[in-house]
Amino acid sequence: MGRPIVTIVDYDAGNVKSVQRACRKVGIEAEISADPEAVVNSDKVIFPGVGSAVSAVDTLQSRGLDEALKEFYHRGKALLGICLGLQIALEHTEEGDKDCLGLLAGACQRFEFSQRSIKVPHIGWNELEVLQSHPMLKNIQSGDEFYFVHSYYARMEDSNNVFGITQYGDIEFCSVIGKDNFFATQFHLEKSGEIGLKLLAEFADWEGGTC
Amino acid sequence: MLSKRIIACLDVRDGKLAKSVKFVDTVDIGDPIAKAKEYYDDGLDELVFYDITASSENRGIMVDVVSEVAQQIYIPFSVGGGIRSIGDANRLLWAGAEKINVNSAAVVRPELISECAHSIGTQNTVLSMDIVKVAMSPEFPSGYEIVINGGRKPMGIDALEWALRGEELGAGELVVNSIDADGTQDGYEINLTRMIAEAVSIPVIASGGAGKPEHLLEVLTTGKADAALVASMVHFGKYTISGLKQWLHRKGVKVRMRY
Repeated sequence: MGRPIVTIVDYDAGNVKSVQRACRKVGIEAEISADPEAVVNSDKVIFPGVGSAVSAVDTLQSRGLDEALKEFYHRGKALLGICLGLQIALEHTEEGDKDCLGLLAGACQRFEFSQRSIKVPHIGWNELEVLQSHPMLKNIQSGDEFYFVHSYYARMEDSNNVFGITQYGDIEFCSVIGKDNFFATQFHLEKSGEIGLKLLAEFADWEGGTC
Repeated sequence: MLSKRIIACLDVRDGKLAKSVKFVDTVDIGDPIAKAKEYYDDGLDELVFYDITASSENRGIMVDVVSEVAQQIYIPFSVGGGIRSIGDANRLLWAGAEKINVNSAAVVRPELISECAHSIGTQNTVLSMDIVKVAMSPEFPSGYEIVINGGRKPMGIDALEWALRGEELGAGELVVNSIDADGTQDGYEINLTRMIAEAVSIPVIASGGAGKPEHLLEVLTTGKADAALVASMVHFGKYTISGLKQWLHRKGVKVRMRY
């Protein structure tokens, strides 16, 4: 068997090059592609993203990448979501009242704080609390910090799909979610220093599955 | 809980690391790529490159520096200096920068902020403000004025008003740089930083004047800053990033200690 084909989904939502560079650093050779067929036929897919969920979903749909991602997920192969990739994988986001891919049951809503001193977006390094073990989190422990940039956060319907949480202000949100062959982080593991790279490196061996 | 960020600022001139005092006299002090890597390994949270290259023909060097650094460090980093258009911003993002700092060009043409926010995202658009203290007056109700071109040209704009305008136009973060404090190593401008941090709802990065750990402590607590920019105090080896973070951690400031 040859080297697995790893594809980073390009839908004009942020710096796919950063993700590719981080992959290369940990020995994962990944191709950037906007072609639905390439996505469906990959062995592994990374679904990154930053910025507006509205234009991201529109772009995914216009390129047929939404159906490609669903198809890929249902084939049971390893799918990694990062930041906006996590949010769009859920059913709905409050951002522009937009329906998303619906791979997992859950939705995103905006951070709202009564205290003005809690800034939105949530930008910077924050701690992960690991709630359940997962092969991707093998070398990660509670208290490890990751880099976040986001204004909306995920709420999951089924707590079995929540693997890690993070506290911001008085809100505790799902920062790592997963189900079967889908695993996603709200934080940017490609920008979270050596600990982020350690997490990303697990993707090379992960075949999907939560244990 | 969110950590306070320690951000190192590297002024780059013609591809070399430079350091200025009060934005006027600059000296070259080394290789920016090597410094970036050294700080990354020592636990730096974020990096800012500021291009102070005077001639436009040497500006291309910055893209090479950015692209080289992007292969060595895996923390967020932003680039500023001389960014006048979306084209400039995109070239640097494509080379590997995370965020873009706009400064003088945004004062002259404020739409640059909204154009950046629209094209590269609010979270990647940082408004950097160079500020001097002036007498409080109807023209400058905050007692601070915006200057451009490395602090040389006063713009007749109130600093607080500009900060709020910048937020409204779509800046995702603000760098509050005190020209009076810059390069002095006498401490950040606490009043200025606090005033702006309390007025806006986006993160504020304090800049200018850091000389000892106490200065960082003060601006991250009393000054209400979300992040502190350091330059000379680490560039010349007097302090290290990890040393500063350990010191702040002992003083009860939440900083990222595992890296």
